[in-house]
Amino acid sequence: MLSKRIIPCLDVKDGRTVKGVNFVDLRDAGDPVELAWNYSQQGADELVFLDITATVERRKTMVELVKAVARQINIPFTIGGGINEIADADALLNAGADKISINSAAVRNPALIDQLAKAFGVQFVVIAVDTRNIDGKNIVHLNGGRLPTEKETLDWILEAESRGAGEILLTSMDHDGTKAGFDNALLKTVNHAVHIPVIASGGAGSVQHFVDVFEKTNVDAALAASVFHYGEILIPDLKNTLKENNIEVRLV
Amino acid sequence: MIGIIRYGAGNIFSLTATLDRLGIAYGMVHTEADLEQYDRYIIPGVGHAGAAMHKLEQTGLVPKIKVLDKPVLGICVGMQLLTSYSEEGDANLLDIVPVKTLRFKDSAEFKVPHTGWNQVFPEKNNKLFENIPPGSHFYFVHSYFIEYDEAYTLSSTTYTNKFSASIWLDNFYGVQFHPEKSGVYGETLLTNFSNI
Repeated sequence: MLSKRIIPCLDVKDGRTVKGVNFVDLRDAGDPVELAWNYSQQGADELVFLDITATVERRKTMVELVKAVARQINIPFTIGGGINEIADADALLNAGADKISINSAAVRNPALIDQLAKAFGVQFVVIAVDTRNIDGKNIVHLNGGRLPTEKETLDWILEAESRGAGEILLTSMDHDGTKAGFDNALLKTVNHAVHIPVIASGGAGSVQHFVDVFEKTNVDAALAASVFHYGEILIPDLKNTLKENNIEVRLV
Repeated sequence: MIGIIRYGAGNIFSLTATLDRLGIAYGMVHTEADLEQYDRYIIPGVGHAGAAMHKLEQTGLVPKIKVLDKPVLGICVGMQLLTSYSEEGDANLLDIVPVKTLRFKDSAEFKVPHTGWNQVFPEKNNKLFENIPPGSHFYFVHSYFIEYDEAYTLSSTTYTNKFSASIWLDNFYGVQFHPEKSGVYGETLLTNFSNI
């Protein structure tokens, strides 16, 4: 059977891993390549690197980091942050990235999704969506959750899928950093509505939260950062608990 | 030494990085003359099978590849190229292994592409899967699969249906998953291929 995936996310700034509470207060949590290698040894199924400041600061992507990671680790990884055009994606693909994650650039220019899917295949294109609930509606936000858009979250995800997104990385900004659990209601709705894999993000605080998100929403993967970086949840323990709950996982 | 067939389909940085880590020597095959320098070959490939076949034909290597008698390993679309035909682009392929490449049926239960780690079960005894326990997980990303065939399926995986995770005919091997992204067992498989 196809396994549910556990994905540590490494937020990177200036070549170092950081993770902020609700994306604001940044803390240094180590060397991304060393962390990546450790996670691959622990049984992480995949890794995501996001340059969380790239959109605001218009920074170009981290080709050297991608090469260093690709040389060291033997599991797939996604890179996101500051990818605005085909040439950015091409450089990252050639540096060894398996997928790229696009957020603001896709909202501002949805045709970019079509172009990327046509050039590199849908499997290469992850659309990251930051969502926040405003007056009962789930609204897409940009710039690390700071800037609301006109788009409703589910509408945008369905548009992204139809344009050629191969996977959705959905982060609830209301839950992110709270350690109170994933946004299972929204995740369930989205996962039922699309035919591409969905990665749940935002709110992981305990092993039980991962059990809940897979049992209640049937998403394909769950992503977290600080609980892994600070050793609050160890991936082997997490996967053993998931297996005890009859959730299909890869044990190493 | 492994010769990697270069025909412009997909990036090979991860593959060569993995071979480097494993200490397996390799070089690049661009022309017919390059083929003689190697004792085994890898055909990589990502993307569209029909487009990949078109690019491979443009290299002029196709007649030589079809008659190779040294070990050949096709990876992902490189594996699909070994088959007769793909529904992707309605394309005739190398026709080395007489099976077809078909598309997964979309459904609410099964998302396409088949993305992630799935279990691989060897169906035959072969050195390629030496020291790899049955049911080990490998990393897949694909929308098209090679049909299951008792004669040619070396290992199988089940998604919407049972399909060929790997195929084998004489000196020709193919794997649908990405060994260079499949953790320790993927590395074991590449090492095994280098020793076949």
